[in-house]
Order: sequence, then C-alpha cells, then structure tokens
Amino acid sequence: MIRRRGPLTCIELVELVTDYFEGALSRRDRRRFKRHIAGCDGCTAYVEQMRVTMRLLGHLREDSLPPVARDALLHAFRDWKAATG
Amino acid sequence: MAKEAKPKPQDPDAALVARLKRGDESAFMELVERYHASMVRVARTFVASDAVAQEVAQEAWLGVLTGIDRFEGRSSLKTWIFRILVNRARTRGAREARSVPFTSLEREEGETVDPERFLSDGAWGSPPRPWEGQPEERLLASETRDVIRRAIDALPLAQRRVIDLRDVEGLSSDEVVELLDLTEVNQRVLLHRARAKVRQALEDYLGGAR
Ligand SMILES: [Zn+2]
Repeated sequence: MIRRRGPLTCIELVELVTDYFEGALSRRDRRRFKRHIAGCDGCTAYVEQMRVTMRLLGHLREDSLPPVARDALLHAFRDWKAATG
Repeated sequence: MAKEAKPKPQDPDAALVARLKRGDESAFMELVERYHASMVRVARTFVASDAVAQEVAQEAWLGVLTGIDRFEGRSSLKTWIFRILVNRARTRGAREARSVPFTSLEREEGETVDPERFLSDGAWGSPPRPWEGQPEERLLASETRDVIRRAIDALPLAQRRVIDLRDVEGLSSDEVVELLDLTEVNQRVLLHRARAKVRQALEDYLGGAR
C-alpha cells in the first residue's frame, strides 16, 4: 500500500490500477492517481493496456465446447429427464 | 460478503431458468454451451487433472438439474451454477488432498512490473509502448488468445480462479468474494497480480518496451 505524501510516482501508480478500476482508492489517492496520469504518457499507456487486457480477457469465453463433453451432458440430461418424468 | 440489500439487476438468464424448470433440453444445452468450458477451467484449479475437472463439471450440471426447482433467483443463475461447481470442486480437491487449503492464498510479495523498468526516482525508464496502433484483428486473433490463455495457465491457482471468474466470466466482485471465500482486499490483490501478468505477456507478444 502506498501511503506517502506528495505526488505518486510511476512505480507506485502501476500497483494501484486495479484499486482504481474497482473504486477502492480513497478520494485523496484517486485524485493523486488522476493527476499523475494526466501528465504521464508511460502511466497513461500502462493503464490503457490494463483496460485492453481486461477487454481481451472478456473475449476468451467464446471457447468452444468439445463434442465429447457436449454429448455426455446431453445424455446426462436425457437420463435425468427420463428418471424424473 | 455479498450485500443482500443491493438491488440486483435483472438476471439475463431469467428466461432460461423458467425453461429449464419445465425440463427444456435446449435451455439446458444453451447453458452448457455457455458455461461448461469455464467451469472445467475453474474446477481444474482445485483438482489434480483435466479428467477430474471434467467429471466435477459434469457432476455440477447434475446438481444444477436436481436443484433448479429450488433456485429462487436470489443470485444470478450464473453465480448459482458456479457456486455448485466450486463446492463440488473444493470437496473433490480436498478428498484428493492435492489442492492447497481453500483459504490459503499463495503469498506473493513485491512488484507486478519489473522494477528495472523504472529510474531511481520511481519514474518510468522503459515505459510501455502504447497499443493504439495495434489492429483490432491482431488483438482478437487466435494467436493472441493463446498468449492470454497460456499466461492465465501459468498463474498461481488462486489468481487463476479470480481472473477467470471476474474478467473471463464477468462475475462481480461481490459474487467472487462470496464464491471463493475471500476478503475484498485479497480478491483485489489477486486480481491485480493476475491482470498485470497477463498484460506483461501481451506486451511481450505485441512488442516490448520502448
Ligand atoms: Zn507515471
């Protein structure tokens, strides 16, 4: 945790990005965070890359289902239905 | 802890719940298509092999079928399904006595960005090169997905669970905290470490520091 006074440094800021996204920073730290990125290209790029990373992670779930698993579950469903009526 | 008082947005799966309660096969298969692969991955962080993770996920679906009549919509259907999964996976993992104790987190300390990239005053020495010039097709290409997938698979188990449920599956922070028995702070630490490592893998792949 970063609790020093004064402006944030880059090495500190990169550890606060998730807290920033999650709304978990104190109002004061949030202000320091925003003030820093307003004047820092490196941290602006870093924060933006974390956003892109999260967005790309959200695309992973389109992974397809192996047919074997699909068939097994279809059979499980039909067995269950037959048993429960 | 999940805050029960918070108003819940309409569950996008509400219509599927109704159909599933009527025993509709296509509703079941739609859910299977949507969640099974993720369930296997999450299960895999609790048990020793892919085969057991498959088994656990299939058992969880049976739990979904036998329990759906009692599902009252106090959580989203997705969260409810993942809760059944995590409970089974945890039980199975404990029986195998292989998985780490559920609440013990891999203790990892230190920076998520190589300190060598910063100057002695804490400013970037070797800042990331912006990805703005990266074409969207490249970001979404299957090769890039493989890079992300490999980075996730290399994470410590607790980080893998959290990033899979939060960023891949899109569960909320409240939901994941409850599902995995974490404190909010722990969850954020795990999520941050996981995201930072995936970002680094992407940076290595897309083009390094300037
Ligand atoms: Zn900076």
